[in-house]
Amino acid sequence: MNLDWNFIIKYAPLYVEAAKLTVFIAFWGILLAFAVGVLCSAALYYKVPVLRRIIQAYVELSRNTPLLVQLFFLYFGLPNIGIVLSGEACAMIGIAFLGGSYMTETLRSGLESIDKIQEESAASLGFNKWFTMKEIIFPQAMAVSVPGICANVIFLIKETSVVSGIALADLMYVAKDLIGLYYKTDEALTMLVISYLMILLPVSAAATILERRLRHAGFGN
Amino acid sequence: MADEDRIMLEIAGLKKKFGEDVILDGVDLTINKGEVVVMLGSSGCGKSTLLRCINGLESFDKGSIRIDGEEIVSGSKALPRLRQKIGMVFQSYDLFPHRNILDNITLAPVKVQKRAKEDARAQAEQLLRRVGLWEKRKAYPRELSGGQKQRVAIVRALCMNPEIMLFDEVTAALDPEMVREVLDVMLELAQGGMTMLIVTHEMGFARAVADRIVFLDEGKLLENLPAETFFNNPSTQRAKDFLQTFEFKKTLTDERKDQLS
Repeated sequence: MNLDWNFIIKYAPLYVEAAKLTVFIAFWGILLAFAVGVLCSAALYYKVPVLRRIIQAYVELSRNTPLLVQLFFLYFGLPNIGIVLSGEACAMIGIAFLGGSYMTETLRSGLESIDKIQEESAASLGFNKWFTMKEIIFPQAMAVSVPGICANVIFLIKETSVVSGIALADLMYVAKDLIGLYYKTDEALTMLVISYLMILLPVSAAATILERRLRHAGFGN
Repeated sequence: MADEDRIMLEIAGLKKKFGEDVILDGVDLTINKGEVVVMLGSSGCGKSTLLRCINGLESFDKGSIRIDGEEIVSGSKALPRLRQKIGMVFQSYDLFPHRNILDNITLAPVKVQKRAKEDARAQAEQLLRRVGLWEKRKAYPRELSGGQKQRVAIVRALCMNPEIMLFDEVTAALDPEMVREVLDVMLELAQGGMTMLIVTHEMGFARAVADRIVFLDEGKLLENLPAETFFNNPSTQRAKDFLQTFEFKKTLTDERKDQLS
């Protein structure tokens, strides 16, 4: 494969800019998704009457529709009822909407793995519900959920490539753009792959270290 | 002292059902301050449920429970405060696995009772030394033996300065050689004047530690006697049968003989 290095050097800065947008959207989207997951999984854990059904419906809707469709709904659908959001906002909300359900399920399984006796012994020491969750149940559940959460994070970062569909100049968008303009398919795609790897490999490595440390700290059994 | 001042725990007409099953059928029990009461009865007779009702982990259908004059209502606002007067140790090791031993003990005094860290730590040290586990303070629960875990669980409850301690078959899940170390701690506690309600199947221990024995059978409190009277001369046939099951004789029981011959 003969790559045009001049082309690569010339357009590399575009990729850097695009990578910043990708990371920006991924960061805030995932953070939001995690917050959604914490709240929803807690509601499921406590079996909050009506809310529980709503969350279950949300999880099904979110997991069984493509992100691109969700983004189209936010970007092209919502303006019809008077809600106009910027592309970035739509992208972050979209990632949060999709990721929220994955985080919910991952955290829920962690919460449910904690023995009931933990809650009871905390209660018998006079802890209220909030403290029991914050100090006793959640930290233990997190340790169980971390591998799943890491997998979700990596999955969601990759999913951001879909936001080019609503005209956001992320990595995917820039690559498609360059191909369309100059027909430099090899160069554009090579740079795209490298860009994603440069973002994802460190995240992946960090996840591995985190998982290993949790296993070693292994306060569990 | 007036009578009501001496009463630590007062249970009156306690009834509890799980669906159609009657678990507790009108239990009356009064425990005075400083008294050690052992509750006996076969598995499933409602002993654990009764203990769980006392600190509000379980709701009940009828009757009342009062701790130091204040009523226990499951799910009430006052419950977290009242629970601080009740120390409970469970059968299954219930230490917090993500915290070291010292944190396990001081977490509630600091976070719930808002005591100063140094103060809680000092008391934890004193108590841990008493049960011989001070050098384990930095260890995590999984690094301890079952007997050590239960001793820590007792210390954790004591560090809240409870007015009554409840023990729910705390040695039932232990290897036999670890039972003694836990019972010794409880015996010492009893001799120190702590008010205690103990559920156990260790008959020798029950006899040594108890001021009074109560015998629960199918949700009813059949016996409520001084320990020696209960063991020497129980008044009901059910209690006699129950005690019999713990006696090993050189000769087989008649029934067994018939079966084997």
